[in-house]
Amino acid sequence: MNEWTNTGREPDPLPSSLPGPTAPGLGEPQAEVEETLKRIQSHKGVIGTMVVNAEGIPIRTTLDNSTTVQYAGLLHHLTMKAKSTVRDIDPQNDLTFLRIRSKKHEIMVAPDKEYLLIVIQNPCE
Amino acid sequence: MRMQLLDKFLGSPHHPLLPAPTRLRTWSCPGRTCGDREGAGGVPHPTPSLCPPAAGTMEIVYVYVKKRSEFGKQCNFSDRQAELNIDIMPNPELAEQFVERNPVDTGIQCSISMSEHEANSERFEMETRGVNHVEGGWPKDVNPLELEQTIRFRKKVEKDENYVNAIMQLGSIMEHCIKQNNAIDIYEEYFNDEEAMEVMEEDPSAKTINVFRDPQEIKRAATHLSWHPDGNRKLAVAYSCLDFQRAPVGMSSDSYIWDLENPNKPELALKPSSPLVTLEFNPKDSHVLLGGCYNGQIACWDTRKGSLVAELSTIESSHRDPVYGTIWLQSKTGTECFSASTDGQVMWWDIRKMSEPTEVVILDITKKEQLENALGAISLEFESTLPTKFMVGTEQGIVISCNRKAKTSAEKIVCTFPGHHGPIYALQRNPFYPKNFLTVGDWTARIWSEDSRESSIMWTKYHMAYLTDAAWSPVRPTVFFTTRMDGTLDIWDFMFEQCDPTLSLKVCDEALFCLRVQDNGCLIACGSQLGTTTLLEVSPGLSTLQRNEKNVASSMFERETRREKILEARHREMRLKEKGKAEGRDEEQTDEELAVDLEALVSKAEEEFFDIIFAELKKKEADAIKLTPVPQQPSPEEDQVVEEGEEAAGEEGDEEVEEDLA
Repeated sequence: MNEWTNTGREPDPLPSSLPGPTAPGLGEPQAEVEETLKRIQSHKGVIGTMVVNAEGIPIRTTLDNSTTVQYAGLLHHLTMKAKSTVRDIDPQNDLTFLRIRSKKHEIMVAPDKEYLLIVIQNPCE
Repeated sequence: MRMQLLDKFLGSPHHPLLPAPTRLRTWSCPGRTCGDREGAGGVPHPTPSLCPPAAGTMEIVYVYVKKRSEFGKQCNFSDRQAELNIDIMPNPELAEQFVERNPVDTGIQCSISMSEHEANSERFEMETRGVNHVEGGWPKDVNPLELEQTIRFRKKVEKDENYVNAIMQLGSIMEHCIKQNNAIDIYEEYFNDEEAMEVMEEDPSAKTINVFRDPQEIKRAATHLSWHPDGNRKLAVAYSCLDFQRAPVGMSSDSYIWDLENPNKPELALKPSSPLVTLEFNPKDSHVLLGGCYNGQIACWDTRKGSLVAELSTIESSHRDPVYGTIWLQSKTGTECFSASTDGQVMWWDIRKMSEPTEVVILDITKKEQLENALGAISLEFESTLPTKFMVGTEQGIVISCNRKAKTSAEKIVCTFPGHHGPIYALQRNPFYPKNFLTVGDWTARIWSEDSRESSIMWTKYHMAYLTDAAWSPVRPTVFFTTRMDGTLDIWDFMFEQCDPTLSLKVCDEALFCLRVQDNGCLIACGSQLGTTTLLEVSPGLSTLQRNEKNVASSMFERETRREKILEARHREMRLKEKGKAEGRDEEQTDEELAVDLEALVSKAEEEFFDIIFAELKKKEADAIKLTPVPQQPSPEEDQVVEEGEEAAGEEGDEEVEEDLA
């Protein structure tokens, strides 16, 4: 299946980080990560995927830089706020997933201790 | 209860502690003599006793007797032992008159006294500003602009084990949600097409959503409103003072564009050289606005360029009076507009070249094109579905319908519709039936049909306050809105009720000057004399098309038009008849004699009138005398008959006079 079907935007600015023959030991998990991200991106309706670290630096993204930076900054704060809200209500609870549905698309954020996986999808109507 | 009273505390100032042997002491109680004992020569033996409280008071009085010769003697004080004067034992019977209370609630307050005050602080001005997140967070050794360094950093992160684990885990959660989204749309609208228009049983209502106040110190009236053509999120309001030469010194000439979400501060200020009387968005290009100034010039703005005027017409070629109507025309270029003013001219402009108008029409209904005879225009109407025709409402109360494409200027004026007693402040065609139009002037609102030129086909009753503006609802053909000088907004629905407004709302205490309905028919903006623009939302019943409404509206219009036509025809007939008679009888009458004739006619009519009355009265009296039994009864009947007689005679008399005048 063609990898770039649904983006139609400028191609990934970051070069593929598939490891070369110099680092064979780390090849497998890296390949899995790649495969996962590519699979996510290829789902129907997905507009963009990005991985952002705790400091707001985009690690992987399929959108252009300025958009990525904007999403990274804004969603980071929102996720932190949502997380603290959930924990304030019940300290034993924790945020697992955040979904923001807007008129045009749905923004899904999966938070982790250090990273954020953000996917923007256009839900089929 | 034991009470031990000591001599010392007896309170009597003349306590004689004289060792006089003849001292007598008596105790007394009010109302009763207690046991007095007189101790003669010996130690006085007072037996104080206390009578049980007769009236609830316990007065202990110590009475002593002193010889007259001993008055004025020097006091010799001496000490002595305390003596028990009175010992009152407790009386258990008294206890039965009381009930023990345990516990007893007593409020004790031992705190500082405080008072409560309320204070309202001045309105806090807030502004929302966004902050753009520029790339950051990069560690110090990485320069974000250097592609190599960032790539290197990213690669490093991707090799981190944590990263891998995190992504795998997050990836699976994410996939689940994505697939969920793809599988089913949880916000799907079912039964979208089947929303039947049910008859709204609820009462018509309207509520105020927002109020936009003129931020200037010196308040000006909001004279014109215009909705933004796309999305209707913005409102342009023109502010000016329409009192002739009474604009206060220092009044600002700014007009504003408001964003509906932010009533605290206008989004953009438009700064003309003279206050704007009218303001309109260009329906084709929402950044361009057209304004008519108080000094007769036409000004044009581009909101992308800022608040200063982009184009201004030259003052020599502009109007001589305030421009009361400006409308954009439907043209391919989207730059054409026309304006009307009370100086009697209607001018067409192209905003690319504002130095002079492309065309000028003088509103002289005698078709002689004399500016002196021209009627001042106060409202302008243009419907894009009828691009060659336009209508002008004048100060003299006449609506002039014109054809733009006529060959000669004189032919431009097609017909006139007289009928109002005062300036026509609003003029609008019905969006569904363009042949019918609504006008507002003096104290009524009238609906006209182009076919009936002598009078309006429907009109409201005379109100107590002057009507200032009116507008049709863009959604319902039978609903229109009017504003009045007493600050009331009336909503009329003549499918439902023809005599009175369906809803009458007092929007503010000062006069309302203008009104504009948004294209969806739900929101109404009205501007007042103090520059306050109020945004109202009407209930859905008034803004959704009812079943059958179009048929009802068209049939109503047709019916009324037909009625007027019949009346007109009848009037014409009667006039012709009278003219025929008059010509036959008085062929030699000149104009001067017509005036004298008038008086003669009036006196003749009066005579006839009174003759009829008296004849009727006499007849009734004669009848009454014949009947006799109840002499009082005929009088109310007489009055009635007299009234009817009066009316009948009056009508006849008036008709005669009228027809001769016509």
